[in-house]
Amino acid sequence: MGSFALPMICFTTLWALVGPNRGVVITSLILTAVCCWLFWLIAILAQANPLFGPQLKNETIWYLRYFWE
Amino acid sequence: MDSFFRSEEMCLVQLFFQTESAHNCINELGHLGLVQFKDLNPGTVAFQRRFVKEVKKCEEMERILRFLENEVVKSNIPIPADFTSETIPVPRDVLDLESRFDKLEQELKEINSNRDTLRQNFTQLMEINHLLKVFDAFLFYLHDRFVAGVIKHERFPAFEKILWRLFHGNFVLRHAEIKPHEEENMADPVKKDVFVVFVQGDQIRGKIRKFHASMYPCPNNAYARKEMRTNVNTRIEDLRLVLKRTEEFRETTLTAAAANLQEWASKVKKMKAIYYTLNLCNIDITQKLIVAEIWCPVSDLNSVHTALIHGSEQSGSSLSPVVNRIQTQQTPPTFNRVNSFTSGFQSIIDAYGVGNYQEINPAPYTMVTFPFLFAVMFGDCGHGLVMTLLALWLILHQEHFRKLKNELIDMLVDGRYIIFLMGLFSIYTGLIYNDCFSKSFNVFGSSWSVRPMFHPHGPWTNDTLHDSGHLHLDPLVSGVYSGNPYPFGVDPIWNIASNKLSFLNSYKMKMSVIMGVAHMLFGVTLSLVNYIFFRNLKDVALQFIPEVIFMLSLFGYLIFLILYKWCVVMKSESAPSILLLFINMMLFDYSSEGTVLYRTQKPVQIFLVVVAVLMVPWLLFAKPLLLYRKHKQLKFLSLPFCLSLFFGVKKAFVSLQVSMADIFVYQGIHTIEYCLGCISNTASYLRLWALSLAHAELSEVLWKMVLQVALRVTSGMGSVLLAVTFAAFAVLTVTILLVMEGLSAFLHALRLHWVEFQNKFYKGSGYKFTPLSFNRMRDMQ
Repeated sequence: MGSFALPMICFTTLWALVGPNRGVVITSLILTAVCCWLFWLIAILAQANPLFGPQLKNETIWYLRYFWE
Repeated sequence: MDSFFRSEEMCLVQLFFQTESAHNCINELGHLGLVQFKDLNPGTVAFQRRFVKEVKKCEEMERILRFLENEVVKSNIPIPADFTSETIPVPRDVLDLESRFDKLEQELKEINSNRDTLRQNFTQLMEINHLLKVFDAFLFYLHDRFVAGVIKHERFPAFEKILWRLFHGNFVLRHAEIKPHEEENMADPVKKDVFVVFVQGDQIRGKIRKFHASMYPCPNNAYARKEMRTNVNTRIEDLRLVLKRTEEFRETTLTAAAANLQEWASKVKKMKAIYYTLNLCNIDITQKLIVAEIWCPVSDLNSVHTALIHGSEQSGSSLSPVVNRIQTQQTPPTFNRVNSFTSGFQSIIDAYGVGNYQEINPAPYTMVTFPFLFAVMFGDCGHGLVMTLLALWLILHQEHFRKLKNELIDMLVDGRYIIFLMGLFSIYTGLIYNDCFSKSFNVFGSSWSVRPMFHPHGPWTNDTLHDSGHLHLDPLVSGVYSGNPYPFGVDPIWNIASNKLSFLNSYKMKMSVIMGVAHMLFGVTLSLVNYIFFRNLKDVALQFIPEVIFMLSLFGYLIFLILYKWCVVMKSESAPSILLLFINMMLFDYSSEGTVLYRTQKPVQIFLVVVAVLMVPWLLFAKPLLLYRKHKQLKFLSLPFCLSLFFGVKKAFVSLQVSMADIFVYQGIHTIEYCLGCISNTASYLRLWALSLAHAELSEVLWKMVLQVALRVTSGMGSVLLAVTFAAFAVLTVTILLVMEGLSAFLHALRLHWVEFQNKFYKGSGYKFTPLSFNRMRDMQ
């Protein structure tokens, strides 16, 4: 769970760094930040505890076995 | 820019002008573009208004200007585009311009008719010339009776047939085609033939006339013909000279007119607008005073005042106009101050409905959520990049595009900032979906690895690979799944997996539901902001709170279930389906086995469903009952004070009978719409999943069946084939994926905003503020 916390903190602070209080521009930036952070969060949570794994062709498995570390 | 969140506060102002300064003042207000004149003579018909003659004069002048412009364009004279004079049109100018225009029109009409007559004469003379030239060749038959003339080339066969029917072959017909010179082509571009008929009888002349052929008397002997030829030639020379002079004169007149055309056009437009506005005012002739009522934003009252003082100074009148703000019960128009960036978004909101006066304006939130929801459905960073570049091109060259004056391109240019934002967000969602022209990036290293599946760690051997074509990676075998999800977006291994869609569908559907519920909750929260602004705290308790509790207890709980299932580790055999859980919750069905995600699930769910069901009667009955009780109290209190409260209560009494039924029905409709709407709208957000799936699949088809085919060719011709195939790939990408899918996603994102988001808080039944503005009139042209 250690390396799960790191991207979590990283991206949350990235989107939280976007500004304080007034005006349409600031509101737009805050809204953008919220939307983008929520979208990223959903993507990472959906993969955090997978119930099933990918189904690969045997040629792909052969390639991945030797070329991916 | 606080006004962008809510429409501006407007005030009704009475203006008193002197009649002399009226034109100048209205002119100044028109340049300012911040006031809307109210119609103070609503009962009068158009032709009963005071300045109807002047308006008609202006329209007549516009007609003459259009005629002049046509003539100028026909003669290919360039109209100088820029004009910087901002002279104020005064009533004197009207008469002056009118007489000038009339004179110009007369002149031009005369010149045109003269030119036409001259051209006709010229054509005739040229025809006679040709006739005489070819006549000598025909004189085999020295008959006395012959007729010579010119006929249109295409009618000649029909002519010949008629002659055969008439004379049964008892005639001789000779014809030759005229090969025209260049100048004749300009004057008369129809192809013609010369003909000579040798025949007995006179009925031939009637027939020729019916064919619209022209007949010319031709002398019999050669000497007379020669004389005729010299005669005709001299006349042709003279006529050529006269025609040239006429054309030159016409051109000079038109060029002189063209130089002033733009200035006159703008002047006449302004005058017409000013007279139209004057028609709306109240003219008090005896005291030489004009009364006008305008709607004006409160923050701009000062500039209006300054403009009026300026105008009255220009007209040289001593008294400055009086500005008097009045209170009114009428609903003011809705004014949202926009700049060139926000005007696109405001216009798509207004297309659905202009907001009520001072209602919350969804536009600033739409500026972000609309491109974002578009991007969720579009989701490809390669296509997003192309879209962004296209939008940048539109933004940088917008003047050039506007000059083309094509409707479709104008629409694109108006939406350039929207397209730009859509492209930017699409790049982001494309990176999260890990989809770039249907390929994925592997930046951080995949969380899934294959090696642990093999011996001695896992169940596979080399023989397993030989035996089966597809194999599943099992996350329960340690090391296969690293335990940490891919830090940014979807893991790249899913792109090469054959069960990619199983994972993606589940992920995207749940994402759509979460986004949808969040969007709708945001909408309901905005309605709270509206209630607070209008000091309607009663509605907060009677409508907002039950609505929020209903939505949170059902759909908020659904989101909780989704997040819980994602965050908690469980075996795939024992993981219950969320859909079945939700359905069983609503049906109170707890009989089947693996229906528990967590220990206290059953009581929690029962509690939530009961709470949600209780909200329905609260929403349905609380508000009407309260209103009923209040009206009854009012009626009850009125009895001892009947005299003093007589008029006020009478109104309330009458309205009590009428509106009680109305209130119940309205509240019933609102409740049903909200509660059923919650369910159907949540399902409606699944289109986010559907469209992004369609886009990804189309993109993959284009890759697999178009580009990959060319990339796999190993012979030398492969490079040529690749170039051709890439062209096809590019064209298909742009037309199908960018244009078609882009329009489709645009439409669906728009629908989600207009219906699912806005029906939570937006009433949208106001009327738009349309100020008198010369800039707007000029831009609309």
